[in-house]
Amino acid sequence: MREYREDQPVDFAIVGTGAGGGTLACKLAEYGFSVVAFDAGPYWRPLEDFASDEMHQSKLYWTDERIVDGENPLQLGSNNSGKSVGGSTVHFAMVSLRFRPEWFKSLSILGYGADWPIDWREMWDYYAEVEQTLKVSGPINYPWGPKRPRYPYRAHELNAAALVLAEGAEALGIGWTATPLATLSAPRGLAHPCVYRGMCVIGCSTNAKQSVLVTWLPRALEAGAEIRDLAMVGSIEHDSRGLVTGVHYLREGRWRFQKARNVVVAGYSIETPRLLLNSASGKFPQGLANSSGLVGKNLMVQANQAVWGISDREIRSYKGPPSLAITEHWNYSDEGKDFHGGYSYMSQGPLPMLWGATQSSKRGLWGQALLDEMEKYNHQVGLKIVGETLPQERNCVTLTDERDQYGLRIPRVTHSYSDNDKRLIAHSLRFMRQALQATGARDIWDETDDTCHLNGTARMGFDRKSSVVNADCRSWDIPNLWICDGSVFPTVGGVNPSLTIQAIACRTADRIRAMARRGELITT
Amino acid sequence: MTERYPGYNVLNKRNSPSWNDQTREVIDARLAIDEDFHRFCDQAEWRALRAICEQIVPQPAHHFPKAPIAAMIDQKLYSGKGDGYRDARLPAQGDAWRKGLAAIDAEAALESGKSFCELGQEQQRAVLRKVQKGEVASPAWAGLPAQLFFAKRLLHDIVTAYYAHPASWSEIGFGGPASPRGYVRMNFDRRDPWEAAEAKVGREEEARRDNEHVG
Repeated sequence: MREYREDQPVDFAIVGTGAGGGTLACKLAEYGFSVVAFDAGPYWRPLEDFASDEMHQSKLYWTDERIVDGENPLQLGSNNSGKSVGGSTVHFAMVSLRFRPEWFKSLSILGYGADWPIDWREMWDYYAEVEQTLKVSGPINYPWGPKRPRYPYRAHELNAAALVLAEGAEALGIGWTATPLATLSAPRGLAHPCVYRGMCVIGCSTNAKQSVLVTWLPRALEAGAEIRDLAMVGSIEHDSRGLVTGVHYLREGRWRFQKARNVVVAGYSIETPRLLLNSASGKFPQGLANSSGLVGKNLMVQANQAVWGISDREIRSYKGPPSLAITEHWNYSDEGKDFHGGYSYMSQGPLPMLWGATQSSKRGLWGQALLDEMEKYNHQVGLKIVGETLPQERNCVTLTDERDQYGLRIPRVTHSYSDNDKRLIAHSLRFMRQALQATGARDIWDETDDTCHLNGTARMGFDRKSSVVNADCRSWDIPNLWICDGSVFPTVGGVNPSLTIQAIACRTADRIRAMARRGELITT
Repeated sequence: MTERYPGYNVLNKRNSPSWNDQTREVIDARLAIDEDFHRFCDQAEWRALRAICEQIVPQPAHHFPKAPIAAMIDQKLYSGKGDGYRDARLPAQGDAWRKGLAAIDAEAALESGKSFCELGQEQQRAVLRKVQKGEVASPAWAGLPAQLFFAKRLLHDIVTAYYAHPASWSEIGFGGPASPRGYVRMNFDRRDPWEAAEAKVGREEEARRDNEHVG
């Protein structure tokens, strides 16, 4: 790996190496820029470092203290954040979906949320680029939306949990499909196909999972980027003109400074606003890129409610990727909805620790009742949504006065569902219950309080008053400060965000290259 | 109640292709945890914690090895490693546990004058049910919402510790570690020969025989 000096400015210092930062680091390095990408977590070698164990693998998660409040406080840690080079793609469930085209103009076409300053047709090409890079395995024909190319690799075999989803969908007369997944269904280079060990969300130990760690980052290194791991960036420095000059970061026990001509923040929806707010100065007392006052605001989760039941058949949902089948019916059909937005739902395969926590913390079971219920593990089957929630300014990331092990102020994450969100959730639970019942499942119950992916907190938009960055992920306030991750989303849609984050990063890299050629970047 | 997976022991797979060296190291360390060792909890806290763990997860007597749940929690609390979030209404993890254990003891003492671990089994369960419902009377709960503590801290920590232990995996028929070998048979009612066999009514011995060959 090439290494850069701290005292000589690199073209781009990128904070975060997940779906946004890792992808961008690769593309910018390939376009000839000098790049150092920082990550607070370690640079794992999955074949050597990963055990087949839920508890041990919690080392992949961001488990530093965060305070959660609001009417519906979030659960963070395992299911929505990563502290590893490659970010949360190291433990994501690999679900790789495109947005419904109308969502990029949801305000003007569908009447809710906010419009994106990007056209869906442009995104369609970037989606294809990412799908090729990840060799996404998926169906030949996707049942919803405009035409898309055939997925690069064939769809995976369905496990019993996925077949239950299919049975329910067919009984209710809606479409379903094998989920497009970023895990190999055929050999690729040195990696062999997925062996269906089912532990995707605790890290893939065989490198079948096409995470940022094994796709974009090897290319980034090849192109001369440096990945600086175990490096926690604490603040961004700027000069008297208000241009950023580099980042302060803690590594090997002391604070250091990396000079840079441009800084890209790619820490996801909590760490990104936290870093911008923690970088407040005399010149920017509200934090960087925050003249709109919107940094940290409009945090959006995706609803993650589920129905669970017991099948007479053995399901053994621990085998294979957890979400092998999906329906996007309620993303694409607006008929009869009493809410704005959409949701998809997928089959599930919780591992024992997660399943125990679900039965106890969520359902309230303990004692013999818990053991009796847990004993049905191999017969349990569930359907779980990824549901769109609406942007609300009251859902936000702010700073507390408490400090963490780095001496940095820790974030407070405030979240409450809107009435619209609650109607969407109620609709999904009703519908999925019918679907599960139609498969003969018994003892059906609702898991009502789970959320998954985070987005928003530094939204992109059309002007500096109502957004933090423009369509190119460039901050309105500071022309050499960029934000490139899920925090730029103005709306979230009802699909997992990683494919869209990577597509945005590819687009941002192309825009930066074009601007550089035209002399529109800051040169210091 | 008869066992659903008679004779299945996930540890018999330890030397099979389902386990790699990294996993063996991690699980060996977990199995080596001394069930009597504690350094976060003081004596009173430790007695309460053990009694609570036995109520939340009443491990079957025939289990061997038993999961040392209380010691696993003590270890987690001593390390200070958190889950990545804390409800603003709850104190930090270690403080919440100290306060909660003291409050459960105080709640027990209110009625009987005894500490929690000295109560009978049914009395202990009655105290825990009150805590779960938030129907508590002791002033020791000041600053610690009982219901929230019970659901988000007590249940969460105890139950996840148990289901991180191989003893529980054998009980529920989970395949356990799976790397480098994963699974092949994915459809309904199919098991790979290295998975637990479920006892069907009247065919329990067949399952036991199959489970003897799991490895």
